[in-house]
Amino acid sequence: MEIPAIVGGGLVVIGVGIGIGSIGKGAMEAIGRQPDATGKIQTVMLIAAALVEGIGFAALFAL
Amino acid sequence: MGLNALSAKDSKISEDNNGSDLKSEIKSYILHHLEDSHDFNLMSYTDKKSGKKVYIGVPLPVILWDNGIKIFSSTKLNHGKTVVQSGSNYYKLYHGKVYQTDAKGTINFDEKNYPINYKPLDFSITKNVVSILFTAIIMLLLFKGLADSYRKNGMIAKGLGRFFEPLVLYVRDEIAIPNIGKKHYKRFMSYLLTLFFFIWFLNLLGLTPLGINVTGNIAITFALALITFIITNLSGKKTYWKHIFWMPGVPIPMKIILAPIELLGVIIKPFSLMIRLYANISAGHIVLMSLISLMFIFRNWLGSSLSFALAFSISIIEILVALLQAYIFTVLSALYFGFAVEEHDDHNHH
Repeated sequence: MEIPAIVGGGLVVIGVGIGIGSIGKGAMEAIGRQPDATGKIQTVMLIAAALVEGIGFAALFAL
Repeated sequence: MGLNALSAKDSKISEDNNGSDLKSEIKSYILHHLEDSHDFNLMSYTDKKSGKKVYIGVPLPVILWDNGIKIFSSTKLNHGKTVVQSGSNYYKLYHGKVYQTDAKGTINFDEKNYPINYKPLDFSITKNVVSILFTAIIMLLLFKGLADSYRKNGMIAKGLGRFFEPLVLYVRDEIAIPNIGKKHYKRFMSYLLTLFFFIWFLNLLGLTPLGINVTGNIAITFALALITFIITNLSGKKTYWKHIFWMPGVPIPMKIILAPIELLGVIIKPFSLMIRLYANISAGHIVLMSLISLMFIFRNWLGSSLSFALAFSISIIEILVALLQAYIFTVLSALYFGFAVEEHDDHNHH
């Protein structure tokens, strides 16, 4: 039986979701430990999240 | 986007209640919305008496280069229904592109169903071009006015400046200086500020009921990424090129392996910028329009309220995404400029 391509799309979204989720979690923990570095952590968090998201979009557009 | 939804509803009434027909119509409507078009169409509906489709909007000039400039109004194209005679040539609109045809407007296809008619160079003032020009004029007037008001009021922000000053300072203090460094950041400030406000304003324009999808057009994000690519590589210093072709601090076999990867990275960086902005904005528009069209699929109070609630919350998120994507594009551009102008004395990592 052939697996439809949309299943792969779902898997990609799961992966990206977990990835961005853990980036957010890491950032929150870091801010909790060091509230002074909030600005820097936010910048790096957004960049990392954007990179993960980019991979997700690339995979979804390849469907 | 509200107006677009209206027109989808009107055209639906004329259809019979075939479910799959409605779905394919919504699909084609969304796809059509994502594309650029030759006229500024606000809404369309099917006239019940005559059964004809009526379009309400502004016609735009069509400018073609086909052995000389051909200019005519987009009303003549009539959404692909009529053939336009300009000089000795005939033109017809087919799926958003203008083709040269014979007097009857025949379009020939190859075996893969692609049109093989000659396609003249198209310099038309399309919907996207109008939006870009509009944004450019707004930005010029706004920031020129702000600069003048600073001069008049002795360098103190007044009125709109109170809103824009923190944003400009944010771009300088949080984006440019940390990523590029105190020594070189000034050269890139004008580009970074233009980039940030241009993308932000266009993203916000896409969320208005005009429903213009400019930053979700891959040609436009390509152009933006290309400018970043050119600036990065033209301002690349010795350290930048050394890190690409002969990575310091690693064994020689590793250097040979790393060189092609790093060289590929030069292209991949702007490529990912292009895809990210395009995909985010397009995806936002698709999701929003799909949620609105839920109303026409369910056709009861439950579907309508669900559609409204979801579309409303996604719209709020999209306003955030509009700013976030402008920010990400600017930060990553600044980061790449930072790599390019980095000098070995600036830090002691290796």
